Amino acid sequence: MATPMKESLKLISGHACEACPLALTQAGIHTEDVDHVVALAGNPNTGKSTIFNALTGLRQHTGNWPGKTVTRAEGAFQFGGKTYKVVDLPGTYSLLSTSADEEVARDFILFGRPDCTIVVVDATALERNLNLVLQVLEITDRVVVALNLVDEAARKGIQVDHRRLARELGVPVVPTVAKSGQGMGNLLQAVEGVISGAIRTRPHHLQGDRAFQQAVDRLAQELTQLYPGLPSARWVAMRLLDGDPRIQEAVRTGELARIAHGDTPALGTVPRYPLTLEEVSP
Amino acid sequence: MSGPTTTSIRPEEILRDAENLRRSLGPSFRDAVVEAIYADAERIARRTVRRAGERYDGFDQWLDRVLTSPITGLPIMGLGLALVFWVTIVGANYPSELIATVLFWVEAQASALFDMLGVPGWITGFLWHGVYRGLAWVVAVMLPPMAIFFPIFTLLEDLGFLPRFAFNMDRLFKKVGAHGKQALSMSMGFGCNAAGVVATRIIDSPRERLIAILTNNFVPCNGRFPTLIMLALVFFAAEFPPAYASFVAAGAVVAVVVVGIVTTLVVSALLSRTVLKGEASVFTLELPPYRRPNVMQVLYTSFIDRTIFVLRRAVLMAAPAGGVIWLLSNLHLGGQSLALWIADFLDPLGNAIGLDGVILLAYIIAIPANEIVVPTILMTYTNAGQMIEISGLDELRALLVGQQGWTLLTAANLMLFSLLHNPCSTTIWTIWSETRSKKWTAMGALMPLGIAFLVTFVVAQGVRLLGS
Repeated sequence: MATPMKESLKLISGHACEACPLALTQAGIHTEDVDHVVALAGNPNTGKSTIFNALTGLRQHTGNWPGKTVTRAEGAFQFGGKTYKVVDLPGTYSLLSTSADEEVARDFILFGRPDCTIVVVDATALERNLNLVLQVLEITDRVVVALNLVDEAARKGIQVDHRRLARELGVPVVPTVAKSGQGMGNLLQAVEGVISGAIRTRPHHLQGDRAFQQAVDRLAQELTQLYPGLPSARWVAMRLLDGDPRIQEAVRTGELARIAHGDTPALGTVPRYPLTLEEVSP
Repeated sequence: MSGPTTTSIRPEEILRDAENLRRSLGPSFRDAVVEAIYADAERIARRTVRRAGERYDGFDQWLDRVLTSPITGLPIMGLGLALVFWVTIVGANYPSELIATVLFWVEAQASALFDMLGVPGWITGFLWHGVYRGLAWVVAVMLPPMAIFFPIFTLLEDLGFLPRFAFNMDRLFKKVGAHGKQALSMSMGFGCNAAGVVATRIIDSPRERLIAILTNNFVPCNGRFPTLIMLALVFFAAEFPPAYASFVAAGAVVAVVVVGIVTTLVVSALLSRTVLKGEASVFTLELPPYRRPNVMQVLYTSFIDRTIFVLRRAVLMAAPAGGVIWLLSNLHLGGQSLALWIADFLDPLGNAIGLDGVILLAYIIAIPANEIVVPTILMTYTNAGQMIEISGLDELRALLVGQQGWTLLTAANLMLFSLLHNPCSTTIWTIWSETRSKKWTAMGALMPLGIAFLVTFVVAQGVRLLGS
């Protein structure tokens, strides 16, 4: 009984995986009949499109250039016997403003109900990148952080303690170098684990002052009363408190109900070996 | 949990509650959220990031100081751009001649073979002197400059050069009342104006976004660069002594780019003071680190995404255009070909702006793709007048200067017209799909056309006034 756990632990955390065959089949643009949908979010110019290309084998134009992707690009790959659709979202610094590119990213994470969202962060500028991660964590608990550009960070003498980061954020953090494909195996293992429930996440929630906390808690409670199982209740609450018309609309029309009754795994399907985060992150 | 929902709360109540809480929290709630995010991000980063040494190494920092300095930044970038064009012009000259020689030799042989086999003259003419010649011109004049220019351009893009250019432009855009991010969408326009128009989505204010959309066309795209380079190659390079001809040609292309940027700024300023009034909004622009480009990726992007893409589009457009021109040149009405009738009709207008009727006719035929303007002009000239064998760029110069009476003014105004005139049909369609407004789409198409006529008219009249 202990073997499968060790197995998956090794795959997620071990460096051995870089040597073993990746079992990744790039499936290009064939995005029909997929088992899971994975979204790629992140600040501009952190290598999202490069990861997208590495996974799908497509040639989405990449460039050292913030704002390269302003629309969604979709592709597919197979991993561990499952087919995944991956959606490359526009690079954004936050999900709070109303520019068209941020709306595309926000709407997809919220209403597109991806089974997992990979937030790609730039290891050389972690603090600024965390702003977006913290916002995504308020929307969904199915998140894997790809700590990209670790090679560049190392060159600049910057070291990120990714185990500690995983504990702080409450979701898996996988160091990657997208350009050379390094860490892609670990990343996919983590995604698979989060989707299957083998990895249980405990997403970090914003703290803020007392008045902020009370208002958010109260509204979030009301929202979960109305829509049981809504994963993004706190974030919806924050947007309502900010008077976001798009979210008000979603509450009024019941669009949020769809998310609430979405494919969150029911209790019975959670695998028998839930891993704690400390074990999962290498 | 799965039973019938017995919630006592309704959406309206939540919204009302939210409104009340919002009022009690005051307008500072947005700030409170942002503060909470920043505070947590800062705390987590402090716990997880360790820095050894400085974060930005000496050379990068020095480079950024020089490249983004208000004094040295833009001049250095202008010189860099000039160098790129110079390399392209010098490098493209010989291959262009070679390809032209080979392709036109094929045309001569093939049409001779057709004649020998007794194929009717009009079929030979249509196929070989029409469709094939159109294709040959496109390949000969466009492929070599593209094969040199695009890899260099892509390399600069991957290195992180363009955001620094945008950074330098940001100050200027703010001054004219536009959004600083327009510098980014404008830079995207150098690749493709349709892509540049889509890139304006990064601008959140609709007013500033419209300004960026309407003016994107004023920077030459990948399709128009070969036209500009080719004109510089054929014309400016021949007009000046060989010792510095190539420098003059590179300088001419840079000058056209500068005119495009100045036009972008002037038109943006006019728009933001008239139909699209408002304040410029503030934003932060991030300078990405200099990254070592992935050579394979650069080659792939520049060759497949750019060279082949542009060439394919040009070829697809040039083949029917070649056929149309051949028909227009060979269908006669009252002893004169249709092409000549139209060209004669357009001549007065063309003359007024320093061009001629044939050039305007070419622009009309080339509306779907700006790439094929010059090949179309060449085909019209060679078909309409005396049939001459053109085997290289020298003969081309002889044709344009000797027979058609082109002057420096013609070439300069053709470059200006190519820079400023209406966007290609793809871009116009993109403006429509981004704005969903007939008014702004029409404006996006007609305003540049009007400006192109105005500028070339002023230049032509000015030069004639001074010259006579």
